[in-house]
Parts: sequence; C-alpha cells; structure tokens
Amino acid sequence: MSLLETDGERLLTALLGLLARKGLVSDAELQERIAITDKASPGQGARMVAKAWTDPDYRSAMLTDGSKAAEAIGIPMRGMPPLGVLENTPALHNLVVCTLCSCYPRAVLGYPPFWYKSAAFRARAVRDPRGMLAEEWKTVIPDDVALRVVDSTADYRWMVLPLRPAGTDGWTPDQLAAIVREGDMIGVTVPHV
Amino acid sequence: MTFLPGDAIRVKDDWPESRGPVHIRTPHYVRGVAGHVKKYLGDFPNPEDLAFGRPALRVPLYHVAFDRTAIWPEHPAKDTLLVEIFEHWLEAA
Amino acid sequence: MRYRAGMDKETARAPHDLGGVSKFMCDAVDTEPHALTDFDKQVDALRGILGAKQVMSVDELRRGIESIPEADYHRLSYYRRWIRSITDNLLRKGVITEAELRAALEVS
Repeated sequence: MSLLETDGERLLTALLGLLARKGLVSDAELQERIAITDKASPGQGARMVAKAWTDPDYRSAMLTDGSKAAEAIGIPMRGMPPLGVLENTPALHNLVVCTLCSCYPRAVLGYPPFWYKSAAFRARAVRDPRGMLAEEWKTVIPDDVALRVVDSTADYRWMVLPLRPAGTDGWTPDQLAAIVREGDMIGVTVPHV
Repeated sequence: MTFLPGDAIRVKDDWPESRGPVHIRTPHYVRGVAGHVKKYLGDFPNPEDLAFGRPALRVPLYHVAFDRTAIWPEHPAKDTLLVEIFEHWLEAA
Repeated sequence: MRYRAGMDKETARAPHDLGGVSKFMCDAVDTEPHALTDFDKQVDALRGILGAKQVMSVDELRRGIESIPEADYHRLSYYRRWIRSITDNLLRKGVITEAELRAALEVS
C-alpha cells in the first residue's frame, strides 16, 4: 500500500509531529489558525447584506468592490481572494457553485457547507439548477425570472446579494441580518420573514 | 487584455488532460462552446503553472457568459452560466 | 486525443471536473448541516499555515487532489482528500522524506 493511501487521521498525526519537530508548524500556530477561521461565519455576510439593503451607497460599493466593502464593516480581507458580489433582482436569480472543487467566499461566510462540496451539488447546479433547487431546498424560481449559475473557477470568490423580502419595512440592520441565511448568500434559498 | 465586454468568443476545444498531468480551471462543459465576455476581472498568475510550482505569468481573467442551451439543450433558454476563464483559453468567435 | 464532433466531453474530462456530469445528475444532495470534526479543522488549518508560509499553495493542493484516482476521490471525505494531497506535495517538495513519514507513522 502506498504511503498516500494511509488512513487520513494517521497521516495528519504523523505530519503534525514531523512538521513540529522541523519547526515548520507548531501546535500553537495550528490552534491559533483554527480560532481565527472559526470567527468567520455567515453572520458576517448577513451584515453586509443588511447594510446594502438599508444604505444605497454601501450597496453600490459592495457591487463595485466586494473586498473593500467587507473591510469597511470590519471583516478582515488582507491576503484573501477578491470578493465578487452578485445582485439578485426581480428579473435575475444567481446561484454560486464551484464545479471543480469548493471555492467559496470563506472570508465573509466561513467554512463552506457540506453539501456545497458534494459531487451531487457540483454536478447538478450547473445543468439543472431549477430542478435541484426545487427538489432539495423547496426553492422555486419562477419562469419569468432568469437563473444565472456562477461557476467559481478562478481567483474570485462569489456571494449573492439576495433580494430584500417584502414585509421588512422599517427594520433595523440587525433585524434584517437575522433573516439572512448562509444559503441565501449562495443562492439555494431566498430570505423571507 | 485582448477582449472587451460584449465580445463574442469561443472557448478553445482543447483537452490538455489527454496529454499529461495538468491543472486546468476551464471546466470541460464549456470547451468549444460559444459565449460572450461580460467583464474583465484583472490579471492573475496562471494556476496551470502555480499548481506545479513553476513560475507563473499573470494572465487576463474574464467573466464569460454562456446560454445554458449552448451547453445542455434540454433546459430553459432564459438561463445562463457565468464562468471565470483565462485569456489563453478564449478565441474571438 | 483531440476532441472530435460526437466525442463525449464527459469521457475526455478529468475526474474532478464534475459540472453537469450525467452519472451524478440523479444523486440526492445531502442538505443536512454536518459539523466539522477536529480532524477537519486541523487539516484546514494546516493547509492555511503551509500556504501562509509559502510551503504549499492552494493550487498545489488542488493538483494533488485532482491526481487522486477516481474511485478514491469519491470514496474519501473532503478533508481526507486534502490530507492525502498535502502529504503528496510535502513528499514531492522534499519538505519531508518517505523514510521520515514511515517512521512517524510507526510511532503513532
């Protein structure tokens, strides 16, 4: 059996020991990294969406330069891939996928969900998005709304700016952010009250 | 930067996978397919070289739009795909 | 092997290139949230640190994953693909040697 076929948990333990002894990766660094990564969550993207819904200048900024807009509300973007924002309109619904691997706007949404990385999602999203959204998420995109699938194949990471749902007049950004879910910012669901 | 927004292009009908180990970020389903440039996204180091630890030239990257029917005729005409594609994979259509 | 009219793109593609691939079109999407395990988070963090220290790039990670034989690619969990690729890359680059890795595995 080739070394590469060794059970993953054993490989990890062995590698971490080796790399620590070589002074390349310490356990402290590993734990620190995990703690930093854990800070990113869909709540961050939700804050951006809520601000865009209530502040037209921020919405423009977000669509022009997603990375700058994220930084503007305190989300660290240094060293991260550029963030692109796809705006849903009454005539257009966006769906993000990475058919080749799992590219995902981690800086603003955190770790990608399990399903986003699955073969089923990666295969079906580009070829039958309407069927998949209806069947798996009960999301029905009406016939008069165009559906655009965005395949993250290179350096950008994409998030969806969903449509603000009806029934939210006068809501504060915090109230609005609370109804924006992870799936809304990938395009498998739409926000609702 | 060779292409402008609105330019009609065709993705090269090339299959480097058949010639040796490669790392290609142009999905199989758009090879040889016609679309149009939506936006120039900037220049980025060529991942095909980065993946092998080779020096990588910066290459223009575009957002390219395709009608789904150009790829999979069985689904609604209104729907589109948007794919990031490097310049060396595109030719004027 | 040039692509010829009528030649199946699905046959010509690399195994990880999954967009629209017919054999997955009827697979259910498991939409349940699956929490990341400690193993997952450690592998993820390891890759990030190796990237930040310019030991191994995300492109090299992807290349390593893409070289996993098709059956193993689909059998292995997401982060098990990662650790296999990280190991492959570190060996190829001489950051670690096979002998060192074997010795480290025997101890664990």
